[in-house]
Order: sequence, then structure tokens, then C-alpha cells
Amino acid sequence: MKLFLEQFITEGGYKTVLSGLLATIEIAIGGLIIGIILGTLIAIVRVMPKYKIFPRILDGVCDVYVALFRGTPMTVQLLIGYWVLLPALGISLDAVIVAIIMFGLNSAAYVSEMMRSGIQSVDIGQLEAARALGLPYSTAMMKIVIPQAIKNILPTLGNEFIVLIKDTSICSFIAVVDVTKAFKNIADANYEYVVPYLFLAAVYLVLVLGITALVKVMERRLNKSDRKQ
Amino acid sequence: MIENNNVQLSVRGLRKSFNNLEVLKGIDIDIKLGEKIAIIGPSGCGKSTFLRCLNCMEDPTGGSIIFDGVDIADQRVNINVHRENIGMVFQQFNLFNNKTIIENIMLAPYTLHKKKEKKEGKSERAFKEECRDRAYELLRRIGLEDKANVYPSTLSGGQKQRVAIVRALAMNPKVMLFDEPTSALDPEMVGEVLNLIKEVADEGMTMVIVTHEMGFAREVATRVLFMDEGVIAEEGTPSEVFDNPQNPRTQQFLKAVL
Repeated sequence: MKLFLEQFITEGGYKTVLSGLLATIEIAIGGLIIGIILGTLIAIVRVMPKYKIFPRILDGVCDVYVALFRGTPMTVQLLIGYWVLLPALGISLDAVIVAIIMFGLNSAAYVSEMMRSGIQSVDIGQLEAARALGLPYSTAMMKIVIPQAIKNILPTLGNEFIVLIKDTSICSFIAVVDVTKAFKNIADANYEYVVPYLFLAAVYLVLVLGITALVKVMERRLNKSDRKQ
Repeated sequence: MIENNNVQLSVRGLRKSFNNLEVLKGIDIDIKLGEKIAIIGPSGCGKSTFLRCLNCMEDPTGGSIIFDGVDIADQRVNINVHRENIGMVFQQFNLFNNKTIIENIMLAPYTLHKKKEKKEGKSERAFKEECRDRAYELLRRIGLEDKANVYPSTLSGGQKQRVAIVRALAMNPKVMLFDEPTSALDPEMVGEVLNLIKEVADEGMTMVIVTHEMGFAREVATRVLFMDEGVIAEEGTPSEVFDNPQNPRTQQFLKAVL
């Protein structure tokens, strides 16, 4: 304990931990935002009527996409993104940015499935009424169906965020100093593991409980259209 | 031929199949300006499908529907433009659950016309206010001004359907389609909805109404269609169809429901 405190405070370990925490939160939030936007687009493609050839091709592409990202481990995707794709494309990006993108792409595969069931849970009459007024499909989806779908899947989206937060702990594979890596550095410095790792677990727990509370508040606010006034 | 310039909707050889089931087996009808057409018939006869084909909520499998000089059954036609002129009222009301009552009414006029108005030099905000004023006017008409800022879940069925009707009216349609507008209502709320429909009818709106309310059909309709097994089995004025039906199927149906 003494060693840990020394490392944490006197040696400036808390700075690493704070910047690690920031990286963790950045990656999780950035990933979730990309995941929701891309996942929603994929979900729309998948529920779109498919009389014409173009939507069918798009649907096929989305199928492959979801299969790829759900069928391989996140760690492997992260490694491929950083060590294979980046050099292949000949660009250099900050590891945190790469992590945000890869987590976003991965999350999109899962969010698309949630969103699809969310969209399907919205009464078809909502879309029909919007279309009957002359609104184009995309407008009807964006203004009427998707907002209701998001409300329906909010608890699952909260879950996805929690999963993301915890999964970011694998980011040290591509040299991101996230909160896990920060504590690992402190632990390694003195070969003293008990306190740093328990502390680390507590940090994650606080984050997750915070998100849980936040989702509950949002749910209550979004439910106002269901309540009798 | 009858004078064509009066015809609002001209339907020829309309067919609709769901997979292998042929629901509409060739329907021909001209709907003239100001006509109120009531469609009656046993359930499963295709009357709702026919109505939903008129604004292409169901894409017809064959035939043509001429509206505004264009065959809207043609898949290449931008149907959205024409749907603006064809109002539709559903059995289940289908008010937008995530929008307040006033937003329900002003959403389509505002969203669909803001670009055009902007081009004509009107600011978006000014146009939005215009849409809002018009929506309030419509709400006043049905006496639900005080409900402007609540969500649909707080309204009764009858109130919801009246809002749904003025929501369709907000687009100033040329034709209104009603798909069993009172079938999902509690009995005590049927009257208020029928009264509103009647009011709109008296203003000269061209209407097509699928209904089980025979008394209402008799009172409001200028022409009654009896549909059976995907075709129009009999048509005529209300007194012709109700008082002196020729087709045995019509006679049988009316005996069962009246």
C-alpha cells in the first residue's frame, strides 16, 4: 500500500492514471457514437424494402460486414487495424484514434442488430402514416421510426456502452495507455499488484455504475411521451 | 365517355397479389371531383387493399391509377409528390408517438415545403410559424387546442382519430382515403369522428371510405361500392345498393349486417 501510494502520488502516477482514464472514456464514447451512427445506417439497409437491385447489394455488403466483425475477437480486429491496415494504407494515426475507429466499427455490427430489432418493434403504422403524408422513406425513418426505436433499445444501448468501456482494457495491445495500462505500469514498477489492480477494478466499477444511473435518467426522460399528463 | 376533366382518380384493371394470393382481380372505376365513395363488403374481400393501392401503400401488381394526369401505379413515378395530395386516415390512427399533437399536424407540411418556401424568400422560422398557426387553426376546428402540446398517448381514441383527420387535411389534399376510420373506436366515440368526416365531406372533399357503418355510408356517400372476392360486385347510389340490391351476394351481405 505504501509503495503504491508513493508511486501513485509522489512519483506522479496519478497523472498517467488520469490521462489513461481519459483515453478509456474517449475510446468508449467515440466508439459508441460511431457505432450508433454506422449501426443505424446498417440497420436501415437491413429493414429497407428490397424490390430493387441496389438495396439488395447493400444488404449483402452489410451481411458480410456484420459477420466479419461479430465473428472475430475485438483484440484481433484491433491488432489488424493498427498493424495491418494502417501500414497498408500508408497513413499514421494516433493509437487512440485507431482504437476509437476500430471500436466504432466493431460496435456498429452489434448496434445494427439491436437497432434492427428496435426498428421492427415500432408499429408499422408509424412508417405508413408518415409515408402516406408524402414523406420520403429516409425522412420518415429519421424523424419518426428511429427515435422510437432508440427509445425502445435504450437499455440495450446502455449495455453496449458498458461492454465498450470494459473492452477498452485491451487497447494496450496497440500501445494505448488506457486506465488499465496506467495501473499496470504502476504495479510493474514495484512488483506490487494487489492494491493497483483492486483499485483499477474499483475505477471500472464506478464508471459502469455511473453509466447505469445515466441510462436510467435518460429512459425516464424519453418515456415522457408514454406518460399520461 | 363522361367528361374526363372532372375525374380525380381513374383506376383501370387494378390487380394486386400477395405472393400467390390474388386479392384484387381487376378493378375499374372513375372517381370524380367531390364524389364520396363508400366501399362495403365482407372482410377479406379486398376493400382495404383496394384503398391502400390508391396511394400505393400497396404497390399494385397490375393496372393503372391515373391521378393528376400521371399513372401513379408506375414504379418509376415519384409517389411522394402525389401522396401529398392524397390524404389517408387509418383504422389505428397512427399518430406519431414521439411527437406532440401540434407537431403531428405540422410535421409534414413544414418538412416537405420548407425548401420551396425558402427558395421563394421566406425564412424557415417564418414558415414554421405559419405551419404552426395553421395547425392551431385545425386544432381549434376540432376543439382540441388545449391538447396541442401533449403526446398522443394521453388522448382518447376519438380524439386521436380527429387529430389524424386534420393532420391529413393540413396537407390540403385533393382526395381523402379513409380505411375503416371508426372500427378501432369505442362505440361512444364513433359519433364525433363520423361528424368530422361528414363536415369534411360537406366542404366538397373527394373521399373514398372503407366502412362498416352502413348508416353513415347511406347518409354521406354519393356512390356505394360493394366488393366481393376482389372485384366490385355491385355499385350504385346508396338507395340503389341498400334498398334494392341486385347481386345475390350483396343481398346476403346486407341481410347479415343490417
